[in-house]
Amino acid sequence: MPQWDLANADCILVMGSNMAENHPIAFRFALQAKQKGATLIHADPRFTRTSALADIHAPIRAGTDIAFLGGIIRHILENDLWFKDYALNYTNLATIIEDAFEDPSQNDGKFSGWDEAKKSYSYESWQYKGEFVPSSLAEHFVNTTESFSDQTKRLQQGPTPKDETLQHPNCVYQILKRHFAPYTPEMVERVTGCPKETFVKVADALARASGREKTGTICYAVGWTHHSTGVQMIRAAAIIQLLLGNVGRPGGGILALRGHSSIQGSTDIPTLYNLLPGYLPQPHGLKPHHSLQDYIDHETTPTGWWHNFPKYIVSLLRAWYGEAGMKENGWGFEWLPKIMGDHSQNPMTLAIEDGLIKGLFLLGQNPAVGGSNAALVQKALGKLDWMVVTDFTETETASFWYKGKPVQAGELAPKDIKTEVFLLPTSLAGEKAGTFTNTHRLIQWHDKVVDGPGDGRSDLWFVYHLGRRLKELYRSSADPRDLPIRYLTWDYPVEGEREEPDAEAVLREINGYTWPDRQQIADFKDLKDDGTTACGCWIYTGVFPKNDHNQARSRKPDGPDGPGTHLGWGFAWPSNRRTLVNRASADPAGKPWSERKKLAWWDAEKGEWDGYDQVDFSTEKAPDYTPDWSKEPAGMDALSGTDPFIMISDGRGALFVPSGLKDGPLPTHYEPVESPVRNPLYGQQHNPTAKIWDRPDNPVHVPEDPRYPHVLTTYRLTEHHSGGTPTRSVASTAELQPEGFSEIAPELAKELGIENLDWVVLSTPRGEVETRALVTERLQPFRIDGRLVHQIGMPWHFGWNGYATGDIANVLTAIVGDPNTGMHENKALTCNLRKGRLDRPQNGG
Amino acid sequence: MKPIRRRTLADHARGFLRDWSLPRQLRGESPYSDAAKSTGSAKLRPRLEEADKVGTNICPYCAVGCAQLMYAKDGTLIHVEGDPRSPINQGTLCPKGAATFGWLTSELRMSKVLYRAPHADRWEEKPLDWAMDRIAHLAKRTRDETFVHKLPDGTVVNHTLGMASLGGATLDNEENYLIKKLFSGGLGMVWIENQARV
Repeated sequence: MPQWDLANADCILVMGSNMAENHPIAFRFALQAKQKGATLIHADPRFTRTSALADIHAPIRAGTDIAFLGGIIRHILENDLWFKDYALNYTNLATIIEDAFEDPSQNDGKFSGWDEAKKSYSYESWQYKGEFVPSSLAEHFVNTTESFSDQTKRLQQGPTPKDETLQHPNCVYQILKRHFAPYTPEMVERVTGCPKETFVKVADALARASGREKTGTICYAVGWTHHSTGVQMIRAAAIIQLLLGNVGRPGGGILALRGHSSIQGSTDIPTLYNLLPGYLPQPHGLKPHHSLQDYIDHETTPTGWWHNFPKYIVSLLRAWYGEAGMKENGWGFEWLPKIMGDHSQNPMTLAIEDGLIKGLFLLGQNPAVGGSNAALVQKALGKLDWMVVTDFTETETASFWYKGKPVQAGELAPKDIKTEVFLLPTSLAGEKAGTFTNTHRLIQWHDKVVDGPGDGRSDLWFVYHLGRRLKELYRSSADPRDLPIRYLTWDYPVEGEREEPDAEAVLREINGYTWPDRQQIADFKDLKDDGTTACGCWIYTGVFPKNDHNQARSRKPDGPDGPGTHLGWGFAWPSNRRTLVNRASADPAGKPWSERKKLAWWDAEKGEWDGYDQVDFSTEKAPDYTPDWSKEPAGMDALSGTDPFIMISDGRGALFVPSGLKDGPLPTHYEPVESPVRNPLYGQQHNPTAKIWDRPDNPVHVPEDPRYPHVLTTYRLTEHHSGGTPTRSVASTAELQPEGFSEIAPELAKELGIENLDWVVLSTPRGEVETRALVTERLQPFRIDGRLVHQIGMPWHFGWNGYATGDIANVLTAIVGDPNTGMHENKALTCNLRKGRLDRPQNGG
Repeated sequence: MKPIRRRTLADHARGFLRDWSLPRQLRGESPYSDAAKSTGSAKLRPRLEEADKVGTNICPYCAVGCAQLMYAKDGTLIHVEGDPRSPINQGTLCPKGAATFGWLTSELRMSKVLYRAPHADRWEEKPLDWAMDRIAHLAKRTRDETFVHKLPDGTVVNHTLGMASLGGATLDNEENYLIKKLFSGGLGMVWIENQARV
């Protein structure tokens, strides 16, 4: 949802985010909603400026969000507060699940299908009864005993099995009720530490903002994603919003508050290991992806929008390999590298340490500060043969070989470190042209106004000219393994003395054009799977619809008279749609639920959908359309006029997720991997599928370890940015927050004899840091099962370079991650705390 | 040299009477235009009068996507401010966004390539072209040494596990596109990651 749409909400829950401090400009819209009467709620381990401006602050112990949200789901179901016309028609609430499905409450915390030897689940028992539902994520393929296509094609043979009366014991409604039954207000208080009265106030406020006339929004940030249960926290929010009818409607939805200028863009056009542009799966060496046909057979969903998948992969291959790709060689599919497993940042650190990775490019990232187990990261960098850093100043990572922890500790000297290091100065936005995609999918162009300093060049220049050199080096190779680099299309025009590649030429390729005559394509509906179109990222089609029309440059906001969707400002993928699933803003008959919450509607006279936004649905599909099952309909033809979730195989909002999640179809409270308490809800302590790389250089301890009694959470500050390089090296922001610190509750400070501004040492099994104590009531201890549990907070921006310095918080964190994303668990772990300093030479030690 | 003459009390009084707005307002001049003028205000110049170039920018920090206006004179950046047209920020910026000018003009910015040879204890400055040639050579060497065409079971994988790339969430879409295209589609690298995870 667009950030400005927050102003239309009747209730806003900010959770897993300190929005006022970390996304202050977006928070203006939350405050505008509050001024119009909305209830603003902040559920967070700390009392921050977001809490101060909220109507309700619900304090919760770090890492217990699913217990809190699960309690809200139970409250909504038990008190019958859900939006019936919405949830019954637009979600899989009535769908019947396989008889073999078992819930964690029956299974001591695990779902059915658990394989103890593999430490993973099989997904058969989570499916719709008699049907197999492919994942709606990037990887649609689901490993089953029967063939993928045989299993999933049943979706084309009739509607999914449902009991509209919701009485069937294995319909999703009954499963939800059973699954969340233990999440009572008393249990919420016991797990999270939040007083049950406060919890009930939150649940009621959310439930009130539901129905035809009202909507509510949930905002989150990395306070949810940085957990071993991060994906399921967001899933829990999705369940609440689907039950309350808050998806696809003005002022409704879930707003992810992301942290880097184009972090959304770098996911859409992924510099990620498991994806190709536009959320197509990277081919996998252990999956049936041997040929293009295999890959298409196993990744194309029979029903829903993703049925168009072959057009997108073939157009991508055409863009990358040009005329070398032919139907006979699968358009060059074999040249795409196949992944073998998890190649994300956490295992990357270990693969560097273990000597598997020999060369590393660091293009605007600073893992010596931002990586988990940062001391191990710094040590591992010394195992590389070479490392290239492009940045605007010397980062901690670039200087690891003379300022890193092993060197400072005297374990290594620079002469012992073999790594050949290149540090290339870069240009910044304003010194180069291109697009960023913001957190609500809005692609905005930025101009080049001045040159970068000296040899400072854009990363576009770096990659383009590196590629040009490599293609030259491989030009005369006859080796078949060098064909991909030889055939890669790389003909971008360059400009000026510096030979800067033309960013618009790259954006034209991302958008897509006809092949071979290169006419821009305005709509991804026009992409083909026969080699006559080339497209770098299908979801971006429309951003450059004509050869001379760059829509990302458009700067035409709506005036005060509305409608306020600002369709003339930039370009939101897909197809300039500002609110996804906005067909759900109308009732099943196609009429807006209310005048107040009007966004899209069916115009019966014209026979098409209309609205204030581009409609996220088949434009001419009438609300009363039903698939003709006798014809085994495919793709969008298999979705009815009341199935708004077009990217999902059955078109329904997934309250229950049969495929695609490695840790279960429903969110379940597990304790963080390092926790001071036992899981009060189940015998299963932590997420059984969590990625834990427990090894001597990354030790992880058991629950309730008396050596590490306190909860530790890391966070950000208004004045600093992520790894800190772009703010610690800038005078004004460094002056505003000049050095590192940790926040400690007065009770704990008193117990340990710590005064405000004293030096303190924090320790975990990975390492120790020293920092100043900020003794503050913003942190409060929790009473969990009769025991007092303290929380300590530490900003993670600091490092040894720049004007503002401090110890690196990530020295404390572990390489542990979410099973679905691999995202690290840095928001909830445990530590010890003592007064004093570390024994370092500069401290006179 | 012209002798310095301090302003006397009479000068101050004359100045005050000349700039005093009230008599002019009583004569019917508007307090918002003519009657508001003074010797001081006549000397005021628009802050960005000397800018010879203005461009639109997007804030380079978080993902909210605030629009900025960037002003330059003679190829030098002179000012950055929030773009009042933007429906996202309506001209406002947070403390980080307001520091964009300070970021681009920071004294800690580098303008030369730094190189650290294996086992060396210092940086040395190198020409950009030399560094690019050397990096291309190393990338080719590592790729050639570590490339796997087929697995033992015959599966074609066309990949190298010997090189990695990290970063992208702070870069342009066009930059991410070329990184993924070259490193994955061209060189066969699989360790390609950035600050995001999905």
